[in-house]
Amino acid sequence: MIPLLSVQNLCKSYGAIMACDRISFDLYPGQVLGIIGESGSGKSTLLQGIAGQLPLDQGQLLYWDGQGQVLDLRTIRESHRRILMRTEWGFVQQNPRDGLRMDVTAGANIGERLMNVGDRHYGKIRTTAAEWLDQVEIPGDRIDGLPSNFSGGMQQRLQLARVLVTQPRLVLMDEPTGGLDVSVQAKLLDLIRSLVRTLHLSVILVTHDIGVVRLLAHRLMVMQNGQVVEQGLTDQVLDDPHHPYTQQLVSATLTP
Amino acid sequence: MISGFNFAYLDEQTKRSIRRSLLKAVAIPGHQIPFSSREMPMSYGWGTGGIQVTAAVIGQTDVLKVIDQGADDTTNAVNIRRFFQKVCGVETTEQTTAATLIQTRHRIPETPLQAGQIIVYQVPIPEPLRWIESSEVETRKMHALADYGSMYVKLYEDITHYGHIATAYDYPVMVHGRYMMRPSPIPRFDNPKMHLSPALQLFGAGREKRIYAVPPYTSVKSLDFEDHPFAVEKWERICEFCGSTDSFLDEVVVSDQGDRLWICSDTDYCHQRSLSQNLSPQSS
Amino acid sequence: MHSSPTLQLQAENLYKSFILHVHNGVQLPVLQGVSLNVSAGECVALSGASGAGKSTLMRSLYGNYRIDKGSIWVRHQQDWVDLPTLQPHELITVRQRTIGYVSQFLRIIPRVPALTVAAEPLLDLGFSSEVAIAKVQDLFRRLNLPESLWSLSPTTFSGGEKQRVNLARTLVVDYPILLLDEPTSALDAANREAVMQLIEERKAKGCAIVGIFHDDEVRDRLCNRMLTFEREN
Repeated sequence: MIPLLSVQNLCKSYGAIMACDRISFDLYPGQVLGIIGESGSGKSTLLQGIAGQLPLDQGQLLYWDGQGQVLDLRTIRESHRRILMRTEWGFVQQNPRDGLRMDVTAGANIGERLMNVGDRHYGKIRTTAAEWLDQVEIPGDRIDGLPSNFSGGMQQRLQLARVLVTQPRLVLMDEPTGGLDVSVQAKLLDLIRSLVRTLHLSVILVTHDIGVVRLLAHRLMVMQNGQVVEQGLTDQVLDDPHHPYTQQLVSATLTP
Repeated sequence: MISGFNFAYLDEQTKRSIRRSLLKAVAIPGHQIPFSSREMPMSYGWGTGGIQVTAAVIGQTDVLKVIDQGADDTTNAVNIRRFFQKVCGVETTEQTTAATLIQTRHRIPETPLQAGQIIVYQVPIPEPLRWIESSEVETRKMHALADYGSMYVKLYEDITHYGHIATAYDYPVMVHGRYMMRPSPIPRFDNPKMHLSPALQLFGAGREKRIYAVPPYTSVKSLDFEDHPFAVEKWERICEFCGSTDSFLDEVVVSDQGDRLWICSDTDYCHQRSLSQNLSPQSS
Repeated sequence: MHSSPTLQLQAENLYKSFILHVHNGVQLPVLQGVSLNVSAGECVALSGASGAGKSTLMRSLYGNYRIDKGSIWVRHQQDWVDLPTLQPHELITVRQRTIGYVSQFLRIIPRVPALTVAAEPLLDLGFSSEVAIAKVQDLFRRLNLPESLWSLSPTTFSGGEKQRVNLARTLVVDYPILLLDEPTSALDAANREAVMQLIEERKAKGCAIVGIFHDDEVRDRLCNRMLTFEREN
């Protein structure tokens, strides 16, 4: 089995602080990899580094694209990287304000990625946008509504639609359910779960919520102070935690 | 011509540096070139960018025409024309066909421009991507990568809200199939005149310190969707002075009772048409 | 090794201890040199006092607990694989295709109806939704799960109802190896009978089964052998 993404010895420091210290893992197609850790553990830095949003100090990032080519993400051209980010990759931000254009309609928010990859037919863009609204359970009559008038959960689902419209292969999510009510969270998690399966998505999911990884992630990496202190299948790590930090994390969580 | 000033107000070194920027702009059609915009004896927003470009290219044998919203007789046009008369002593004209150099604010003359003519546009905001991206670093990257898809978001919104692309002024264009450009606040009606124009088109933004250009016979394509192609506005009305059916019209309130007059925005065009038809021409 | 052609599972010399860092690093040795062979069509019952390590062995055989030492050889699609040495994605495949595990408790996902919960393993294998749902419906009927519950989330189900959804979720796939952790603990006599019949059918088809059965009647009827755990110290 060929991985989708291979991360080798990735390092990123801020002055004397190692935010990511020699991180390595392979991600395979269809897998959801959870990265868990407290604030400052380096999990968000790792995600941004993988997404090319901040410069890395060292390490290797290889990606097998849709044409079966291996790309060295740290050396590919910026133009190529941007195309990848808008077609085969997606990034779901914790705060929908960072991932959406709040002052343009829901339809345009979804359509933007299509226009970015060259779609120039208004009618087709709109039809596709409507299909995706339906996929993420937003009523079709909200297509001309502004995200600023949407509820938090709806904004987050719109962000999903905006990212998924180009049918990406790899989606990076940074605390996608952070800041939502528990019942809204449950609905969103369930939606992500079913989309992961039906679209055969691979996901890297950063969160501090054990319940979220339990539900979504096949595999889990636990980060502390910039290092991966434990990794394995999600149930292995959560049911049989080895590292003191993981044990503390698991024992501090309310069941289930 | 008044004494105590260098020809065309700017010193020769400044004119040279502006000409270097202009050459670069002509070589890379539609691409914005930074230049060291000088303080001019008028405030930003009054055409300081266009004036510096004009000053850099004007020669003693040039014949200058200046228009504001199509008219030769409005305050801005009159002042700029008078300024260049004072500092250059060049001949000026109101006739589009007689001019070798035309400085304009917000219009392109109706009379087709010819090879050898230069038109200088006054530009308030040169960056077409500013609407979607506030960071200058990012917009420069977007230009470098021809990463323009997001611009269509604005057109999408127009069609969604109004049923058609409602952007009426400063309608973005692609120059030579490469750089996206703001044509300055000319009406969308004038956009087709830029396409393959025999004249050299220069753009100057004084406050933003940017120069760009469209060389003669260069493709200039207005953005659109396949199912909503670019089109110019059409009016039912005709010019009440010259009877023109195909020029850009101004609506003028002419009495306290609210009576209105529809007349050509291009005063020279209207004048020439009236003369040729032995009508009483639009007064100036 | 792996000499018998019918051998499905061979666990050798398993050691597993837990170190509780939150309790000053107390070390609890649970498995100390446990070995177990299971062949096709065979059912081995794990017995012994509670806390003796039955569930720990069961979870280790599923790769849920990571053993300290030893090997767990599993016949997976013509090949033999040693579970503790597998990469995560390989272990996922073994769990999807070869080893089914019925845990004591159903992990409930809010909003997801019972039919979908039980159909997920088939969907993961690429079965169409129609085929998967039809198979689950058959199983639900055999397990006497009232049809009115099928499209509800099991959140509000009774213990016995949840247990049957959990069983259906595993039995819907024809795993060559089944691990059953008290599969009938919450069921009444009639439903227990239905479950035993289903397990017997699997045995007859050549499934290798390891189970923990609190109920002597169930154990005596299903099992060929017992592996008895002595409690340490």
